[in-house]
Amino acid sequence: MRKKWQEIPLHVMLLPGVLLTLIFSYIPIAGIAIAFQKFQPAKGIFHSKWVGWDNFQYMLDMPNFASVLWNTVFIAVMKIVAGLVIPIVVALLLNEVAGAWFKRTVQTIIYFPHFLSWVILGGIMIDVLSPANGIVNQFLGLFGIEPIFFLGNENWFPFTLVATDTWKHFGYSTIIYLAALTGIDQHLYEAATVDGAGRWKQTLYVTLPGLLPIITLMTVLSLGNVLNAGFEQVFNLYSPMVYSTGDIIDTLVYRIGMVESQYGVATAVGLFKSVISFGLIVLSNRLASRYAGYRVF
Amino acid sequence: MQKLTAGRKTFLITNYVVLTIAALLCILPLINVLAISFSSKSAAAAGFVKLWPVDFTLSSYKYALSKHEFLDGFVVSLKRVALGYAVNMLLTILTAYPLSKERSSLRSRHYYAWFFIVTMLFNGGLIPTYMTIKEAGLLDSIWSLVLPGAVPVFNVILLMNFFRELPKEIEEAAFMDGAGHWRVLWRIYCPLSLPAIATITLFTLVAHWNSWFDGLIYMNSTSNYPLQSYLQTIIVTSDLNAVASNDLLVTEVSDRTFKAAQVFLAALPVLVVYPFLQKFFMKGLVMGSVKG
Repeated sequence: MRKKWQEIPLHVMLLPGVLLTLIFSYIPIAGIAIAFQKFQPAKGIFHSKWVGWDNFQYMLDMPNFASVLWNTVFIAVMKIVAGLVIPIVVALLLNEVAGAWFKRTVQTIIYFPHFLSWVILGGIMIDVLSPANGIVNQFLGLFGIEPIFFLGNENWFPFTLVATDTWKHFGYSTIIYLAALTGIDQHLYEAATVDGAGRWKQTLYVTLPGLLPIITLMTVLSLGNVLNAGFEQVFNLYSPMVYSTGDIIDTLVYRIGMVESQYGVATAVGLFKSVISFGLIVLSNRLASRYAGYRVF
Repeated sequence: MQKLTAGRKTFLITNYVVLTIAALLCILPLINVLAISFSSKSAAAAGFVKLWPVDFTLSSYKYALSKHEFLDGFVVSLKRVALGYAVNMLLTILTAYPLSKERSSLRSRHYYAWFFIVTMLFNGGLIPTYMTIKEAGLLDSIWSLVLPGAVPVFNVILLMNFFRELPKEIEEAAFMDGAGHWRVLWRIYCPLSLPAIATITLFTLVAHWNSWFDGLIYMNSTSNYPLQSYLQTIIVTSDLNAVASNDLLVTEVSDRTFKAAQVFLAALPVLVVYPFLQKFFMKGLVMGSVKG
């Protein structure tokens, strides 16, 4: 048993991280007080006027608040569903590939977009999806389809977001399922073969049940993202033309706060989102630890 | 080797076709824009460029590299990556080591752990964070891009779990010989954890290179913008005058080819480290992706 003073170096090691976290994470959390103030930067947080729940009332009275909330949930849920289904399917397909070279090449290519920023991909998307001379519309034109303004048409915009987000991430998301696939006991496949099960039956009765725990876990954890529609993507792709269907909570907070300088209202809207997200994350982690034995720390 | 049934054959062929299409969908948009960046203004405007440059020219690249905003941004980004990486890595190691200890060695481990976990679950949000940075006097300083994310809790967990897997006997022996925690950390834990550290290194480098939003809001002067923040302002706002009309090259460069060239110059560093990154995907990071 080591003595008390031997703990001291450990506390010293933690000190810099604790201090920086205190300053840059905990002070902003305390700064949430702004949500209950008519905050004026010149007066600071200690001398600005307290207004109770006025900022939240203002938020609820905004004509576009309900539609922004709906856009956020709609876009986020569609992304979650596509982001679960497509990687699982692609992982299963990759798992059936016998040629190592082909498999590795496909993996190398489909993982790549994950590592580019939405600024770069925004630039690429704006170009390829352009209705004037973008390659996507040129391709659709071969089938006699009229040019579609994917990023400027309010009906198309949410689906364009989901499609391009899935495009960026599906490859990388297959990794986790591919890893789970290698963990399935090979004896199960041998046993299934002996019992006369073909590849399809093996997939149905061995592979899918083997993946079930990780699929359950990913589904449950994605619950925490129901209000995360993807700020970086939307911010780089949207325009006033598509605000009606494409504006989300995070972009609204940005415009109210950083553009219009209504700091109190912006903080209130942000807090509204953080509180609900926090509840969802706690709930999802509870469920995950109960049904999938998942633990963070 | 058993003989393939007709159904199996059909499936395999379909499978190869589907996966090939998936891979092409991922790469063709990038190749198309790359081809545009090497094409002439008129070919790009007419929509002639598909997957290969038409009227091959390097003018767009020459033009991009002649713009001081672009080069300034590049330098700011390099500084930010170097500084940000050094701070992140140091703090990740220093934080992960004590947290990897059992409660018998660090009785307050639990409180420390929750102190860091809370920041993953809840944050002050855009405005309070911005005000904090402003009050700290960090606006327009490169530290505003480095310090707020100085402790990447996610990476700390990754490294902490790696530390925990190390055999305890080596450590015990070192303690017996009179080594302290510092020596054990630098001389035993770090060298043994190189795979994990290398993984975190690459992901940290790419994350810092790709960040753009913090630069956009914390920098008042555009000359302090990192490359991605600068690109954000020119790519996303469709400014038709982005290419100055009094420029010599203007006859060969259009807004479209110019943007395409800049996009690729900014993606180039990621492309360079990508082969190294890829080595680490399957190993080690699986646990990390679960936590995502």
